[in-house]
This record gives sequence, C-alpha cells and structure tokens, in this order.
Amino acid sequence: MALELTSQILSVRARLKRTSALSPAFQLDVDFSIPPGITILFGPSGAGKSTLLDCIAGLVPPNEGRIAISDEVLFDSAAIKNIPTQDRRLGYLFQSPALFPHLTAKQNVQYGISHLQNAEREKAVSEILKLFRLENLVSRKPAELSGGEAQRVALARALVTNPIALLLDEPLSGLDAELKNSIIADLRAWNAAHQIPILYVTHDRAEVDALGERVITMDQGKIAQQGIPREVLDAPRKERLALASGFENLLQGVVKEVSLYDGVMRVTLNGSSAMIEVPLGFAHPGDSVRVAIRAGDILLALERPSGLSARNILQGTVQSVEQRSATIICKVQAGPLFEVHVTLGAARTLNLHPGRELWLVLKTYSCHIVE
Amino acid sequence: MPELFLSFQLAFLVTVILLVFATPLAYWLAFSRWRAKFLIEAVVALPLVLPPTVLGFYLLIALGPRGPLGKLWLALFGHTLAFTFTGLVIASVLYSLPFCVQPLVASFERLDPKLLDASRVLGADSWRTFRKIILPLSLPGVITAIVLTFAHTLGEFGVVLMVGGNLPGITRTVSIAIYDRVQSIEYAAANQLALTLLAISFILLALVYGLNRRVGVRWLSN
Repeated sequence: MALELTSQILSVRARLKRTSALSPAFQLDVDFSIPPGITILFGPSGAGKSTLLDCIAGLVPPNEGRIAISDEVLFDSAAIKNIPTQDRRLGYLFQSPALFPHLTAKQNVQYGISHLQNAEREKAVSEILKLFRLENLVSRKPAELSGGEAQRVALARALVTNPIALLLDEPLSGLDAELKNSIIADLRAWNAAHQIPILYVTHDRAEVDALGERVITMDQGKIAQQGIPREVLDAPRKERLALASGFENLLQGVVKEVSLYDGVMRVTLNGSSAMIEVPLGFAHPGDSVRVAIRAGDILLALERPSGLSARNILQGTVQSVEQRSATIICKVQAGPLFEVHVTLGAARTLNLHPGRELWLVLKTYSCHIVE
Repeated sequence: MPELFLSFQLAFLVTVILLVFATPLAYWLAFSRWRAKFLIEAVVALPLVLPPTVLGFYLLIALGPRGPLGKLWLALFGHTLAFTFTGLVIASVLYSLPFCVQPLVASFERLDPKLLDASRVLGADSWRTFRKIILPLSLPGVITAIVLTFAHTLGEFGVVLMVGGNLPGITRTVSIAIYDRVQSIEYAAANQLALTLLAISFILLALVYGLNRRVGVRWLSN
C-alpha cells in the first residue's frame, strides 16, 4: 500500500479544440506527467491552465487523449473510456472556495465522505480540522468565514476524501502573503504524509518561488517549458511568458556577432548604436531577437563605471520617476526606453529626476533571449 | 361554500402534480445544453400569452370523445374527460405549467455553477447534488413556484369554463361560481366569494415574499 502511494504519477495527454462565437478559437494540446509533490502550472491568463484542470477533473472532456493516475485510467479516447467526475476521486480547489452556503464548515468538510461509517467519518473530519486549525469554526456558515478561513475549509473538504491527485486553480490568489504561506505550509505538511501529485495553477511569480519544486509553463494551450522554477522562469524562451514572469523590459535587437570564444552573442538594440553582450543562444548573426531584462536587475550609476565584470554599460537620460509602494519605477531613455526598479533609498541617493544623465549597467546573464 | 372547497382541492392536486413533473423539466431547461431548447421553453411559456379560451378550446377537443386523450380515456374508463374533475385537473396542470416551471428554472440558473462542480468533484452524482445542494439552495424558487401555481389554479376561469363547464360539485370552482352569481344578479353572494378569494390570494402572496426574504437573508448574506 505504502509503496503504491509513493509511486502515484499523473500523466496527461489531451487535445481539445474550442470554437465559440464569443471568443477566438482555442486549442489545448498538452502531453506531460508529474510525480507526487507540488508541480506549478504557470502561464499568462488565457493560456488554458484552468481548462486543462477541468479536463483532468472530467468537467470538460478532451476531444482526444489519455489521462491516468499511475495505472488508473480516468479518460482514454482510444478505449472510449471517460470516468465521470464524481468517480475520479480527485481533489479540486477553485479560485473561489465554493463552499456550500447552507451548510456549516463541518458539514461542508463531511460532504465528500458521507459514505463512511459514522465513527470513521468523525475521526477523519476531526483529524483534518485539527491539521488545518479549524476546530473553532466548525459550526459557522461560509458567510461567517473570512476569505482565508473559507479557503482553508475548502482545502480540508477536498483533502479529507483522500484524493488520488489534487488540482488547485489559483486557490490563494485573493489572500495576503502571510495567509498564503501558512496555508501552503499546511498543504505541504499534509502531502508529506500522503504523497500525491498536486498540480498548482498560478500566474503569480511570488507563489512560484514559495512553492516551486517543479514548474510547467503553458502558453496558448501548449506546454512551453518544464523543469525547476529558477531555470524555467529565469530564462523564459517565450515572450508572453517573459512578460508574465516579471520581465519588464523586452527589447528588439539584431545579433551582430556570435562569439563562442567569449561565450556570448553581441546584439545591437534597435534605436541605439550601443552593442550589448548576451549569453549564447540559438541565433545567428543577422537574426532579429528579443532581449528580456528584469527591471530589478539593472544597475544605475552616476558616472561611467570602470573595472566591473558587467560588460554592458549604456548611457541614458531619466524620462520619468514614479513611486509604486516601496519601489521607484524609473524610465530611462538609452536608445530604447528601459524600465528600472530601485529602492526609495537608492533613488534619494542618486537624486533621480527627469532629465538626469546616468549610466545603466546590465550583467550579461541578466539579459535573456526570448522567442 | 362547496365551490371554494372544490377550488382548493383542484389547486392542491395541480400543485402536487406539477411539482413532480415540472421539477425535472425545470432542471433540464436550466442545465441542458441542447441547442433547440428554446423551442421547449417557448412551448412551456405559451399558456402565459394564450387567451384561456384558446387553450381551453383545444383541450376540450383533445379531451372530448374524438380527441386522442378522450378516446383513450373512454376506452379505459367508459367516459370522456370533458366536463369532469379529472379533465379539469389535466387542463389546469397545462395552464399553470409556466407558473411552476419558470420560478424553478430561474432559481436553478442563479446557482453558482462552481458549487455544482464542487459537489461532483467531491463524489456526488447528479441525484445527490440535486437533493443536497440544488434543492435546498433553490428553496425560495420552490416556494414561489408552489404558491404561484396554487394561487393561479385557484383563480383560473376561462380554461375551467371551456373544459369543465359549470357542474355543481364537479367542475363549479369558485371563479365560475362568482360568474354564475353575477349572471343571476346575486351580488351579495358574489361579493362574499370574491372577497374570500381576494383575501386568500393576498395572504398567499404575502407569505411567499415574507418567506423568501427570510430564507434569502439566512443564506445569501455575505
């Protein structure tokens, strides 16, 4: 039994074509498998993440494909097999907690295990309520719960059924960071004991960093990349993903030179004569490329710096300075327009104001080539 | 007032029968994705716009000795359905159908579809989801359907007259009786019945709105 549990693998191959008068045609086409533990499904909205979860849960049947958890087949178009949602034994959390408003928190948690014997059911419920620290809320109706409490009840309601896989569709998007982290910690504690595949959809970069063991990135119905979050999201190959994962600067340029000897490509940015160095990629001299740079990865200097390892130094003029919570967003014209994020203190020290002349410093490895 | 008793008997039977048949129909209308669904919706709504005499006329034909239902009934029981209490029940069920179906459809459609998805994911089949989630959350709609059906059947006139005629103790409902008394210039007796019907209708409607408010407040406050 224990051995079986540790080898649960969710494998999904699904193709779904959707045509609608209201929205442009959408096509989902994925093929992947995930081991036990948390796998992030990341991508811009409209990428098909929720549709994919609906397919796995059986709420939306794919046109073609096969969905299985280890050797338990949930859907197989070739064998004309489509286990109905209620028999799939999955846990699925939506963006909204979707608690039944006429039932108390406890009745909500019990909903999925009504088939158990009384004693067994009480035991399971009290265990999960304890784990999620909900004992004091059992008799409350959903309308009397806070957002975090409601989502905790929804999570307990899903997990008490002992699902064979767990699908989470941005379940924490409305909560503050502290609440998020505590719920994530509870989820991790639960999964340490149960070891099921968990597919966690988000478009929030911070959540990826907090959760990430593995990440699958999706774009326009297809899987763009998979791997560990740092590798995948810090070097995005797709432009839309680059934007979603926090690359504020996407600059058009042309490859001038590929230097295997230096391990770099030299690129001129459109609108500038300056040449910058970027890591080697799949491009040839003359190719048009897009360079993605995080606004927080750019250094500002009042004088031209020397003796740095950073190879890319551009001169520019401050266009605008704007404060957003604790970050200063500075737009600098240096050929192309760069967005640079600095702290309040740094902005004060540098005396940033429109018209100020300064130097931008870019590390080669902070410049990423995207498709 | 035997007419009042007859009307109540009719309204009660029609409400019970309609709840049994209209609920699955409303469920289907609310959740089916069939493209030609609108045709059924239009048919269900027909009694709202048709003059009662039109509906009554066709029902009379259908229930009479040459109509399909009347023929069948004649073969089975030895008499036709026209001018009988059973015929009146059948006619009233059809005439009051939209008053039962539409509040149910409206309240089913108002439910958050995510709740129904959540129920299915948690292992509940359609029947359990209906009993445990859809029905309790649609209680205001169910109450509205019950009262509207009851009150509407209680007060109908044209269809009853066409199909049932005016047979004391069999088809003479309270609205027919009022008409009858006015015809024979018994205004005091007519007024007595009319006032009773008015009061009952008002109390029933006040009950619906009062109940719906309480139920609504309990669940939907946020």
